[in-house]
Amino acid sequence: MRKYLQNLLLRLENVFNAPFGQAQNPWYHLGAITFFLFWTVVASGIYLYAFYRTGVAEAYQSVERLTHDQWYAGGVIRSLHRYASDGMVVTMLLHLLRNFITGRFHSFRWFSWVSGVLLIWLVYICGINGYWMVWDRLAQFIAVGTAEWFDWLPLFSQPLARNFLAQDDVNDRFFTLLSFGHITIPLVLLLFMWIHTKRMNHAETNPPLRLAAGTLLALLVLALIKPALSHAHADLALAPGVIRLDWFYLAPYPLLYIWSPGAVWALVGGITLLLLSVPWFLKPRTRPAVAEVHLDNCNGCSNCAEDCPYSAIMMRPRQDGRPYALQPVVDPNLCASCGICTGACPYSMPFRSDELVSGIELPGHELAQLRADVDRALAGLRGDVRVMVFGCNCACDVRALQSEGVAALSLPCVGMLPPAFIDYVLRDARVDGVMVAGCREGDCQYRLGIRWTKLRLARQRLPHLRRRVPLQRIEYCWAGVQDDERARATLAALRARIAQLPQETVLEDDARGHQLKPGDKN
Amino acid sequence: MSQPLKYLGQGLAYALFAMVLGYFSTSPEYTHLPADYALVKLSFNHAAQRKKPCHERTDAELAKLPPNMRIRKDCPRERSDVVVELEMDGKQLYHVVLHPPGLSHDGAASIYRRLLVPAGTHRFVARLKDKEEGDFSFVREENITLAAGRVMVIDFKADVPGAPGFIFKN
Repeated sequence: MRKYLQNLLLRLENVFNAPFGQAQNPWYHLGAITFFLFWTVVASGIYLYAFYRTGVAEAYQSVERLTHDQWYAGGVIRSLHRYASDGMVVTMLLHLLRNFITGRFHSFRWFSWVSGVLLIWLVYICGINGYWMVWDRLAQFIAVGTAEWFDWLPLFSQPLARNFLAQDDVNDRFFTLLSFGHITIPLVLLLFMWIHTKRMNHAETNPPLRLAAGTLLALLVLALIKPALSHAHADLALAPGVIRLDWFYLAPYPLLYIWSPGAVWALVGGITLLLLSVPWFLKPRTRPAVAEVHLDNCNGCSNCAEDCPYSAIMMRPRQDGRPYALQPVVDPNLCASCGICTGACPYSMPFRSDELVSGIELPGHELAQLRADVDRALAGLRGDVRVMVFGCNCACDVRALQSEGVAALSLPCVGMLPPAFIDYVLRDARVDGVMVAGCREGDCQYRLGIRWTKLRLARQRLPHLRRRVPLQRIEYCWAGVQDDERARATLAALRARIAQLPQETVLEDDARGHQLKPGDKN
Repeated sequence: MSQPLKYLGQGLAYALFAMVLGYFSTSPEYTHLPADYALVKLSFNHAAQRKKPCHERTDAELAKLPPNMRIRKDCPRERSDVVVELEMDGKQLYHVVLHPPGLSHDGAASIYRRLLVPAGTHRFVARLKDKEEGDFSFVREENITLAAGRVMVIDFKADVPGAPGFIFKN
């Protein structure tokens, strides 16, 4: 079932890749867009709060004045507040659904999943609380409905709904309480959003600028075309008849009357418990081995801890007596077994003649094994344009690209590839070009694999690709499991490009990493 | 894909997002109370009579008690159930037996019940019994015209001087 949904999702995302490009595809930034919408709600809410008056009559009147007397500012901002809140629900639920479909919820990800489920409750509480503040017929319906819903729980000595029997039962203090809640609950929400991303190293909480601008523009246009309006003033002597319900937040409310409050508790409680149990209920039977530190080959540089996408590596005081201040320690519960740490380690040098062991390695994917695999793959290459493809197990199948002139090696994540391996295969013209393939850009299975790889190869993040490596012989291909055709096309284009390049030898660097000219002394 | 087509595609995606938000933020409309219907809310808090009346303990009874509990007047805390009936146009609309809450069953019984009724003039009869024996202690009958969409609250207050009993607020 999930496999079928995965295929469907990949196709859908591919549709969006065409106009947005992989880097800007909104499907890859749903969490960050939710953050952006939250800040939009906060900013618009601050403006609204300046004009909001707490009181049975004043609350409604102040919102009406905002909506109609200054429609160009308060009215638009109120609508923006409403639609950004609705948008939050949409992107939040899509974010949840997408992570479920792609299997990103178990093992080391359980914490983010569980905290995310709790966030759903907080977002709904914030939204529903906000609707009360308008004190129109919709607010009346929600207030009475919420009270009737909670009265099903054996918690209160008197029914809460008795507080909404008549107009006189509601007083100004109630609105002071509501507005206090509408400030404190979002603060709690923000705290939980921070907790939600706590285990993510370099968590993406801001979407790409163009995506944020496009989203904001869409909401502003919507606010102008269809401004958010209130119902009639709340009147507890009259029952709300036909209601323009915000289905994003208030969909369970009609069920209170179609089913019963108890059934709605069973529904929302059941969904919550089901979601909370998913990380344990649907976890894979086996878990790959986690990264191991080899202190003999570690200088405590912290690259691995910096690059770990899930903060699974902590730098602690050195214990082995070697003259370095720190050593990495892997938390096995947080390790994703992606190997990005191996790619970050300066000891991941295939040129070494001693026993090839990196400072941090994945059991089953040791560096010596990787070099042996590369050597074996290169040994069989023939033809004028020989290419080495480094790929990723989570992306397009690079093994399918193998041919007489193409060797391919798939890693747990492309971020595991030490840049020195590109140097290694290009040196001495063992191959004429290298293709580095990984997940769709923005959708790296391990979040940061593509980002770090690009920065390392662009010599902007340690370990750098050595300057002597000609970048024109390297091509990236960010292609998902359904994008094998694109990988083939990228490879063909790279080979065609290389065929046009003059034959050249990879030159040595001097001690400072500057490329030497032929004839220079190293 | 050419640049203009990309912008068109992005515009369509944003438009779809905005349309989904715009539509479902108010539509489809939900009919909470059908036209030509009114709502009756029966709701009150009432502490029923005690099951057993207070009595003066005899000296012999007091002597059996620990010294710190020798109080002459003994009032059993447990209260009677509250039986409530609501009738509309001769037909029973609602009947409930409310048990007093609390570990000693001595709390005030509470009820909140919403009843959908057709709008128009109806004869309502509300009855309440709050003691162990006998018939209903409080009865109120009234012809009431309920406008469509109107909420009528039926409350009960036993402590209103001169007129304890049901209150129909329409």
